[in-house]
Amino acid sequence: MSEQATVQVSAEHLAYQKRVSMYRKKVLATQVAILLAIIVVWELAATLRWIDPFITSQPSRVLRTLVSLHNEGILYKHISITVMETVVGFTLGTIIGTFAAVLLWWSEFLSKVLEPYLVILNSLPKIALGPIIIVWVGQGVMAIIAMALFISIVVTILGVYSGFSQVDTDKIKLLKTFGATKWQVFKKVIFPSSIPTIVSALKINVGLSWVGVIVGEFLVSRAGLGYLIVYGGQVFRLDLVMTSVIILSAAAAVMYQAVVVVEKYSLKWR
Amino acid sequence: MRAEPLVEVQNINMTFHSPEGEVSALKNLSLDIYPGEFISIVGPSGCGKSTLLNILAGLFAPTAGQILVHKKKLLGPTSKVGYMPQSDQLFEWRTIWKNILLGLEVQNKVTEETKSYAQKLLNSYGLSEFKNLYPSQLSGGMRQRVALIRTLAINPEILLLDEAFSALDYQTRLVVADEVKQIIVKEKKTAMLVTHDISEAISMADRIVVLTKRPGSVKKIYTISLTCSDKTPMKCREAPEFSDYFYSIWKELDVHV
Ligand SMILES: Nc1ncnc2c1ncn2[C@@H]1O[C@H](COP(=O)(O)OP(=O)(O)O)[C@@H](O)[C@H]1O
Ligand SMILES: [Mg+2]
Repeated sequence: MSEQATVQVSAEHLAYQKRVSMYRKKVLATQVAILLAIIVVWELAATLRWIDPFITSQPSRVLRTLVSLHNEGILYKHISITVMETVVGFTLGTIIGTFAAVLLWWSEFLSKVLEPYLVILNSLPKIALGPIIIVWVGQGVMAIIAMALFISIVVTILGVYSGFSQVDTDKIKLLKTFGATKWQVFKKVIFPSSIPTIVSALKINVGLSWVGVIVGEFLVSRAGLGYLIVYGGQVFRLDLVMTSVIILSAAAAVMYQAVVVVEKYSLKWR
Repeated sequence: MRAEPLVEVQNINMTFHSPEGEVSALKNLSLDIYPGEFISIVGPSGCGKSTLLNILAGLFAPTAGQILVHKKKLLGPTSKVGYMPQSDQLFEWRTIWKNILLGLEVQNKVTEETKSYAQKLLNSYGLSEFKNLYPSQLSGGMRQRVALIRTLAINPEILLLDEAFSALDYQTRLVVADEVKQIIVKEKKTAMLVTHDISEAISMADRIVVLTKRPGSVKKIYTISLTCSDKTPMKCREAPEFSDYFYSIWKELDVHV
């Protein structure tokens, strides 16, 4: 453990630590190099007209687009709308999905009855529900959030429920020998020991919520990154499309990292 | 020792029903357990040993017959009976201290008094300095001790141990068996240990109950008396009578390979 490491470190161990850290640096350096190479090759290829920047765009144009969006003051509006929709859809999907999983765990009868419906809902491409959602909820932010919710909720229910049902039966038995009620069993063992499963369901959900939001924006919206992408495509402004996609990747990565931080915190006992 | 029995198992039957059919696990099993004694249960695998302990722990009722604890019919889990599972089953996300309080929490008995009793147990068995660690930071033997203290914290009169050491490696197992026996004797608890290890049974128990194969009932009861300097299980293994007991129980179990 960490104490041993600080007490006395042999020369071999120092060499080992150095090798490990060198290796990490090598990986990072290669990653950065690949990114730079892509940017440089892309820029060069477009400037030298190997590829047509009208349909491929190029890094310098992306940068220019970014700056002009910023100057027009609309960049943050689009980003914040999309991020807000995703966060709301994701949060609702997680909360409602977890709650539904609790109900399924609580009543074995209910879970048996609903099993085939959940299987069908799970295999259905939720995007097909888009038009129905629009008709029911209207052409607005609500429809987009509903889309994100629908896409993530079934996965959440199934993932969290399977986490609940995988809990070691001996742990449940131990609690029952203490005289635990069903609610106590849930609170003391089912929920806490499913946290790893729940968190990995969250990781999948972040991605799915983005899919839902972008599809939703494709279908209905007047704002947001998904809207910029469709709009850019329609008017053949590939600079706008590429810029929006890059912003989207960055935003998705940030949100994923946030979940990773939550994961680290919730699993500190490991 | 022949005072009033603490637990009376009266003619119990247990039949399990499942889609594959029904299984009779226990048949006409009767047994009296006296305060302060250490009973080992041995028997062929699948003969119903765990089933018997589950019934004693109040997890389910026998299909016929009854269990009396202090002359009162057992109707479900009670704090008079403490159960120790096969592996320690510590909750990895709880600290050692929180693990020990688990039973008290479930029974809504976390008070200054019970907490100080739990703390006393931790102190006497050398675990107080690990109080705030997580189970993954402890060795297998220590974890087993924590599991025992978790059971003792609810202050039961009888402890049920279902192959409680079988998850440990052989060396650790000998040491832990010694410790557990000492703790149980010191805390003046009655205990019932299911094991498939005949030596373990002889070295720890005052009486050994041999069960028939399924459906299990009592085949024979041995009262163990060993001449050894101190009464630790490890030392008892060197007693001259040890091998005689071993041989006759072995024959009684009638193992065919
Ligand atoms: N909950 C249960 N449902 C159905 N059958 C069971 C159940 N528990 C135990 N049995 C059956 O009862 C028999 C005795 O099991 P058990 O008490 O676990 O044996 P042992 O602990 O002596 O090895 C076995 O045949 C087992 O399959
Ligand atoms: Mg068993």
